[in-house]
Amino acid sequence: MNLAFDVIVIGGGHAGCEAAAAAARTGARTALVTQSANTIGVMSCNPAIGGLGKGHLVREIDALDGLMGRMADEAGIQFRMLNRSKGAAVRGPRTQADRKLYRLAMQAELRDYPNLTIVEAEALELLADQGQVTGLVTSVGRFVSGSIVITTGTFLRGMIHIGDERIAAGRFGDKPSNSLSDSLLKHGFDLGRLKTGTPARLDGRTINWSILDEQQADSEPEPFSYLSAGIKQRQVSCFITRTTLAGHRIIQDNLHRAAIHSGAITGRGPRYCPSIEDKIARFADRDSHQVFLEPEGLDDPTIYPNGISSSLPTDVQAAFIRTMPGLENVEIFRTGYAIEYDFLDPRGLKTSLETKHVAGLFLAGQINGSTGYEEAGAQGLVAGLNAARRACGKDAVTFGRDNSYIGVMIDDLVTRGVSEPYRMFTSRAEYRLSLRADNADQRLTPLGIQAGCVGFVRQSQFERKIERINSAVTRLQNIMMTPKEAGELGFSVNQDGVRRSAYELLAYPDIDFLRMADARPELKDIDRKTAEQIEIEAKYAVYLERQAADISAARRDEALAIPSDFDFLTVAGLSNEIKARLSAIQPETLGQASRVEGVTPAAVTLLAVMLRRHQKSLRMAKA
Amino acid sequence: MTDTIFALATGSLGCGVAVVRVSGPKASLIADRYCGGHVTPRQALYRSVSDPRDGTIIDQGLVLYFPGPNSFTGENCLEFQLHGSRAVVARLFQALSAEDGCRMAEPGEFIRRAFENGKLPLTSVEGIGDLIDARTESQRRQALSQAGGHLADRANDWRETLLDAFSLLEAEIDFADEGEAPSDVLPQVRLILADLLTDLQSALADADRGERIRSGFRVALAGPPNAGKSSLMNALVRRDVAIVSEYAGTTRDVIEVEFDLGGFSVLVSDTAGLRETDDPIEMIGIERTEREIKKADLVLWLNDVRSAGSDRDLGQSDSLRVATKMDLAEALPDWADVGLSVVSGEGINQLLALLEDRASRALSGEPPLVTNLRQRACVTSAARHLQSAMSHDGHGIELIADDLRRVSAELEALMGRIGTEDILGAIFSRFCMGK
Repeated sequence: MNLAFDVIVIGGGHAGCEAAAAAARTGARTALVTQSANTIGVMSCNPAIGGLGKGHLVREIDALDGLMGRMADEAGIQFRMLNRSKGAAVRGPRTQADRKLYRLAMQAELRDYPNLTIVEAEALELLADQGQVTGLVTSVGRFVSGSIVITTGTFLRGMIHIGDERIAAGRFGDKPSNSLSDSLLKHGFDLGRLKTGTPARLDGRTINWSILDEQQADSEPEPFSYLSAGIKQRQVSCFITRTTLAGHRIIQDNLHRAAIHSGAITGRGPRYCPSIEDKIARFADRDSHQVFLEPEGLDDPTIYPNGISSSLPTDVQAAFIRTMPGLENVEIFRTGYAIEYDFLDPRGLKTSLETKHVAGLFLAGQINGSTGYEEAGAQGLVAGLNAARRACGKDAVTFGRDNSYIGVMIDDLVTRGVSEPYRMFTSRAEYRLSLRADNADQRLTPLGIQAGCVGFVRQSQFERKIERINSAVTRLQNIMMTPKEAGELGFSVNQDGVRRSAYELLAYPDIDFLRMADARPELKDIDRKTAEQIEIEAKYAVYLERQAADISAARRDEALAIPSDFDFLTVAGLSNEIKARLSAIQPETLGQASRVEGVTPAAVTLLAVMLRRHQKSLRMAKA
Repeated sequence: MTDTIFALATGSLGCGVAVVRVSGPKASLIADRYCGGHVTPRQALYRSVSDPRDGTIIDQGLVLYFPGPNSFTGENCLEFQLHGSRAVVARLFQALSAEDGCRMAEPGEFIRRAFENGKLPLTSVEGIGDLIDARTESQRRQALSQAGGHLADRANDWRETLLDAFSLLEAEIDFADEGEAPSDVLPQVRLILADLLTDLQSALADADRGERIRSGFRVALAGPPNAGKSSLMNALVRRDVAIVSEYAGTTRDVIEVEFDLGGFSVLVSDTAGLRETDDPIEMIGIERTEREIKKADLVLWLNDVRSAGSDRDLGQSDSLRVATKMDLAEALPDWADVGLSVVSGEGINQLLALLEDRASRALSGEPPLVTNLRQRACVTSAARHLQSAMSHDGHGIELIADDLRRVSAELEALMGRIGTEDILGAIFSRFCMGK
């Protein structure tokens, strides 16, 4: 076995897979170290990929030639476009995924991935010398590498809670990584605790489906990946049941036995994905909560009851579950649990996801305080890409709030830190109308091509798509109509004598591409996808222009880099509190500094003046 | 380390008391070293103030110490109340200047630090500036209400209302699929936004009054040459501000004087007489007169009592027709609303009473929320984005959210939480040292 790698990725979850593949794609000889190759690509919690904000992230991963979108297209068994009736910016692609198919697809993909070696071993100790990563000690030996990505998910000192029962585990049935935690502590990292949870798993053959509401897949499923031609798997339905007052009483009577309420758990859990005991304690006035019954696979009877994760004892969970309509006689395969794990304060990271403390060490996924497969995968891709670039002596590639949800997420994490597991929402993106799931490739594929992480197939496919769009836009712009002509075609336009192009007319709420193509048959050969995208841009045009103006204003601040050795304590006029906050985070740009909590606009202005002076004195010193 | 700054907070010296203010990290040390031992916070102490370097006693007076953050600037603050002597203040400044990290404050720097440390919203900074400049009772009331956070409090309420609408919209967008979110929030959001819009519009409707209280109720004296405009001007403000002669066309330019009338600031302007002329300078003066008439809240249209009056249409401007030189006539002609004579003094008090009544009708009432152009611009934009938000239906829910972000940004700018340095610079430059 080769004992030296350009990049080593620890962990084979969603962050680890993307990190390893991105590093390998970028040209680095890469090792993926996992306790068991059979668990690569396992979905530990819900059997679904995508959603609002999350679906955007999957499209962005795909735009950078990552894996998650293609794997989800392989394994997806219930594709739905969320918010279909709302505007394009807030539509989120989502699918239920067959757990087994997803895992197998991912394993098959990585097995033959160029530049990638999979190593089955436990990571024991991180080696570093003078603040620079040098290698990794594993259960099968020592590896040399200057770039290491840690993606341990819930495995760092993972502890499962079921009532008062505690099981040291990284996931049900897998042992935790305790030595790696100790190793990180030894290198001077502060570790915090977070908590998440998962519900029981049910035997679908014992559920009375006939009385439940059905939720079907979209009739025209839309794949995640820009490379996927269509959907392969048979599409199935989810079903909806509800909690009942009888069930609420069972939980209220046993609240003291829940690990979350007994004080056994210290880590914070996600507010927006609470356990069922949390929901019932916090929203005591609600007499029912919806529960989605989601199939885990096409040839698997297991059902995932979404919405009832729990740390209650097994008997209480079972009694509660059986109070729900349709589940009166359900058999339970596995009980739900809460899990606590270590994370590192992400404010210790650069926007490249490299730690500030140890050069060459990158972190991605739940170790950074996030939650969710998509959030993990997106960070993994960025960490893997930058680990590889570092190994080749290239500058880091960073993402901005103005070009991607990836940029929004990383900026949120490294600038503001976390007080609970971080999940993506579309509302986190201030430029939401520009950052859409439909244009992720236009936003990011060129950047990926430049960074070296986009392969030839995707590049040429992307270039063809852009050509199609450009040519269609040109054609629309060349069709000019007077208001009278437009009126004759049935479009209601101000009779102001101003000639408008067909492209401009698409901005009108009641003029869509189909009507335009009916009126002007020469447009009929423009394909549906291209037309759709042009239409979205046209409808949002006024708002997009406004956002573009905001973005260019913000970019001025983002362009003002703060040297990594800049001493905020020397800036006269900043309050001590602001100095302390800025020193702790050491932001990389003026824009990032402005988003640090408690930093006032006046302080930002002052800082801008100081930075410009600093740059000038550096230039003078050089001259 | 932040500089510690000091300045004279009171006006010109050679008076009873001079207040010297010190703010910054070293203020506590200075308090103890200059005032002969520990200075208990928040107590007025009578002490000898001396230069610690040579022990010279500079003066005796009251010292007050407020430790940050509970002080005017949010920093440690020290106040010396000494005799209003040039020599005393000069000696104290000499000593303070010799301290490390201690310097004279720049204009407006104290209040700027208060603003930066979050002690005051921008609208209160503006209010304090107005209060310092206030000359009349109505200006004082309005400025005090602004300084006390009248508008800032309302803007905070508006922001909270906006947050309510926001959270409903974002829940509908981001949790639409999770079964726990409220569904179809739009009717509720619309109700919230409609109320908010009414609030913003009523604040704007009152903004004219706010600006007029600050800048004065404008009265233009207009009429044909030699109607007695300049004489009336001098009589109204009780001093000789305008040249009076028997020659028609004496006044070439607009002369503007402010005076206090029953607690209201009134700006009265004397203008060039209106007539056909070839004189290029007089023509310019007449042009200016026309502009003045347009700007005025009230036009006093003057004519010699012996003339046939005037049928000039004054357009939209509120106006009073005044017959002058009443000492030369028997009775008030039909065309006049009021008659007066600056020679006999008859009718002057009657006119003043009429003016006060008009000013009072235009300016009195509860202090308005919006009192200057900057504030008005922010609230106007906020209202415009709000109207845009209300124009979308459920298919454009993300556009509503985008518009509301802009409303919110305008309200933040109103309070100075975001904003460009130019605006801040302009506001703080109004303050002289030590404020």
